[in-house]
Amino acid sequence: MSAREDVLGRIRTALGERRPDVVVPRDYRATDDRPAAQRLDVLVDRLEDYKASVLRCGPDEVAATVAAALDTGLGAGWQPASVVVAPGVPAGWRPEGTSEDDGRPAVDLAAFAATLTGVAVAIAETGTLVLDGGPLSGRRAVSLLPDCLVCVVETGQVVGSVPEALPRLDPNAPLTMVSGPSATSDIELQRVEGVHGPRTLVVVLVG
Amino acid sequence: MRVALFATCLVDTVVPQVAMATARLLERLGHEVVVPPGQACCGQMHVNTGYRREAVPIVANHVRAFAGAEAVVSPSGSCVASIHHQQALVLRRAGEDGLAAEAEALAGRTYELSQFLVDVLGVTDVGAYYPHRVTYHPTCHSLRLLRVGDRPLQLLRAVRGLTLVELPAAEQCCGFGGTFSVKNADTSTAMLTDKMANVLSTHAEVCTAGDASCLMHIGGGLSRLRSGTRTVHLAEILASTEDAVTPRQTTEPAVPA
Amino acid sequence: MTTTPVRPGETPLAPGAPRSGTTFLGLPTAPRGVGHLRGDRPFPEAARDALRDGQLRANLGHATSTIRAKRAKVVGEVPDWEQLRQAGKALKASTMARLDEHLVELERQVAARGGTVHWARDADEANAIVTRLVQATGADEVVKVKSMATQEIGLNEALESAGITAHETDLAELIVQLGDDAPSHILVPAIHKNRAEIREIFLRTMPGVDPELTDEPRRLAMAARKHLRERFLRARVAISGANFAVAETGTLAVVESEGNGRMCLTLPQTLITVMGIEKLVPTWRDLEVFLQLLPRSSTGERMNPYTSMWSGVTPGDGPQEFHLVLLDNGRTAVLADEVGREALHCIRCSACLNVCPVYERTGGHSYGSVYPGPIGAVLSPQLTGVEDNASLPYASSLCGACYDACPVAIDIPSILVHLRAEHVEAQQRTTPEAAAFRLLSRAMSNPRLWHLTQRAASLGRFLARGKPTMPAALPPPASAWTRSRDLPAPPRETFVQQWTRERGGRS
Repeated sequence: MSAREDVLGRIRTALGERRPDVVVPRDYRATDDRPAAQRLDVLVDRLEDYKASVLRCGPDEVAATVAAALDTGLGAGWQPASVVVAPGVPAGWRPEGTSEDDGRPAVDLAAFAATLTGVAVAIAETGTLVLDGGPLSGRRAVSLLPDCLVCVVETGQVVGSVPEALPRLDPNAPLTMVSGPSATSDIELQRVEGVHGPRTLVVVLVG
Repeated sequence: MRVALFATCLVDTVVPQVAMATARLLERLGHEVVVPPGQACCGQMHVNTGYRREAVPIVANHVRAFAGAEAVVSPSGSCVASIHHQQALVLRRAGEDGLAAEAEALAGRTYELSQFLVDVLGVTDVGAYYPHRVTYHPTCHSLRLLRVGDRPLQLLRAVRGLTLVELPAAEQCCGFGGTFSVKNADTSTAMLTDKMANVLSTHAEVCTAGDASCLMHIGGGLSRLRSGTRTVHLAEILASTEDAVTPRQTTEPAVPA
Repeated sequence: MTTTPVRPGETPLAPGAPRSGTTFLGLPTAPRGVGHLRGDRPFPEAARDALRDGQLRANLGHATSTIRAKRAKVVGEVPDWEQLRQAGKALKASTMARLDEHLVELERQVAARGGTVHWARDADEANAIVTRLVQATGADEVVKVKSMATQEIGLNEALESAGITAHETDLAELIVQLGDDAPSHILVPAIHKNRAEIREIFLRTMPGVDPELTDEPRRLAMAARKHLRERFLRARVAISGANFAVAETGTLAVVESEGNGRMCLTLPQTLITVMGIEKLVPTWRDLEVFLQLLPRSSTGERMNPYTSMWSGVTPGDGPQEFHLVLLDNGRTAVLADEVGREALHCIRCSACLNVCPVYERTGGHSYGSVYPGPIGAVLSPQLTGVEDNASLPYASSLCGACYDACPVAIDIPSILVHLRAEHVEAQQRTTPEAAAFRLLSRAMSNPRLWHLTQRAASLGRFLARGKPTMPAALPPPASAWTRSRDLPAPPRETFVQQWTRERGGRS
């Protein structure tokens, strides 16, 4: 008998004939009732609490604010060519001279100093940005290897809670949920920001 | 109200003054107390040590002894918790479905002392007088299985002359755990040491709780240290009045009032 | 450190000893001689050494109180925590009730997206599958994301014996691996080490480490980043576990903090994921519950820094070859126990460890298994058969803090009590303890006999010679009590006797 048949057979033996019929109570909060403006404040608060920087701007000021975000992350005088941009990021968000991801081998992306992407969804209550591997978010390695990550979030992408975010996502896309810069609590359970992933996360919140 | 008192095997055999205090308190509040003579044990120690088959006749005896009682009160959180959470399960597992139903019904009429006073009788001031500095240890089964919450504290706050001091890390287990205290004596002692350090940090004369077993553990440690801080069951404090301060306690207050 | 932690090595097999036990339904438990589910000595003995280690006690006390406070704060923020908890519990129960169907669906979905699913009856089979898959790529090293399942089966040792080097990339796992140590916590395997000890390990074992390295956690984390960076970039094969797998979509999820998981899940050409069969959730929507429960219970964060999800292979993004190994290794034996199966609901958050007064004082190594603490005390004995971990169900005062903290409301104390009974009932011979409990049972179920027994006990007061407490030097088993606590001398009369005497027959 194959291992597959064996394991499945064991499960059937273990469960026997009488399998309990379990009703799952779903009386937890499905939506967040905060007004939209307050929801954005919560997002900012949670992002900053986990040591991300947040810059807010109007729809016409995105490129300039992204440049300011890169100042924050890289220090003034950064090289535009050292910033890799996810291919779907609108031209109006890109500072002059940045490099679009050209599909080079993933490990070569480590040469870039910073990354600029959009997001698929942002979750206010947990301070989470979700990247979905699409053109706006870029492939996963793009937002992983450069040490500074700048994400542009539009207000329409912000939901209150986790249950509101999942229906907006494709379960088969390569998803990355990002909540603050990479961190560890492995030494005496004290949180230290910045290990293998980007050590700096700057969020540009538009609108 | 006619209240049947379940002393528990430990209180009955080792610290009878706790049951006596419970009886006097209930009588003072105007209730009739009966003590079913057939009572012995709730079966908890057997169940928790792995002897659930051997617990079956013990539980059956308990159900028999208290059959017909209107309300059962006991000065022990963990025994009442066992009555509520274990007795029927043990009987059902042994195929004693009829008896299990009786045990369930009896559990519905069985109360831990502080719950009975606050929830059933609706009193928090029981007219007690106890001029001592006291700290309260919320025992695990009272806290987490019975959810007695702050009922004991409500009762203690209403006691005249009593100074209540908060116990640091109060919700941490004292390390008793029934046969755990013997099977894992070193770990149990390490937990007890921390509990005693917290008790002594309050400079209380008396550490109280709703479980005689945990108090025997904490008190046994404090006595070995000759610390001067004693353990006194909640029932004994609530039974105390100006006329009979700390009835039948084994030791006198460390600091004279 | 005054003692060196003992690697929970497997006891060597006696010649002719059975490789694995079975449950009453004939379902095999995890085999002996492989993996890390069994200690080499009973819990009380191992705990005694740990309790003597003052540095260990200090490290654990500091770490667990820190994480308890963090967890309490973020759980307190969630108004519907109890509802989420009950939903999590029910979701897990409903998953187990249809586990076979969900696994078949998961297999179908993963295969449809370019992944390959393998089934492993036990640790040996899983190790063989993974070794073969790595060998097929020609690689002689792999990078690993922290995974309890691969710890459980001893995968690193199996790879090593096949000439393949496994690099642990989680910071705590790296500390443990470099220190030639064993993990002692589910979430923070190096919780027993403080910063000074970690610095010492790094200075001693990391090639090219800055000799000026301080014990500042940030500096230590940066040293780990530098040490692993090149390994990530050159790795061709990664091995991970999984926190969740969604049956209806074939989505796998890894929840982490440092980004080492993302490195492993994104950069290598080949990804091999080893997952216990119980890690499933039926639908995508179910993750809305667990993604709220897990981070707050685990690291005490609203959300962990990174959660990666993938299904099969995505062209142009991440590994182009994906293998999923579904592991039994005693889980079906656990499933067969109607009381004990709840232990399979565990989402490995480790909240129960952090609130456990026993774990806090004895540390994880005392449990002998990769699954320490309260959940380990119910999971390990079930995976191996209770006789192979017979001391673990007793390693608890039944205080119930674990049950309160568990995000899926596993009634750990009740399972502990159940396993104690399973152990007692498995004894072939009458132990002195069993004889005593039987006698006591007879006495406690017969009032006349009970009163005689109580009278006999009251004679003990003569040993006290009029003192309020018994002498400290009593024979065993009473000595285990009187070594550190006084025992009150029994009174002349029991309460019931006194009451009956004073109030007559009135009752």
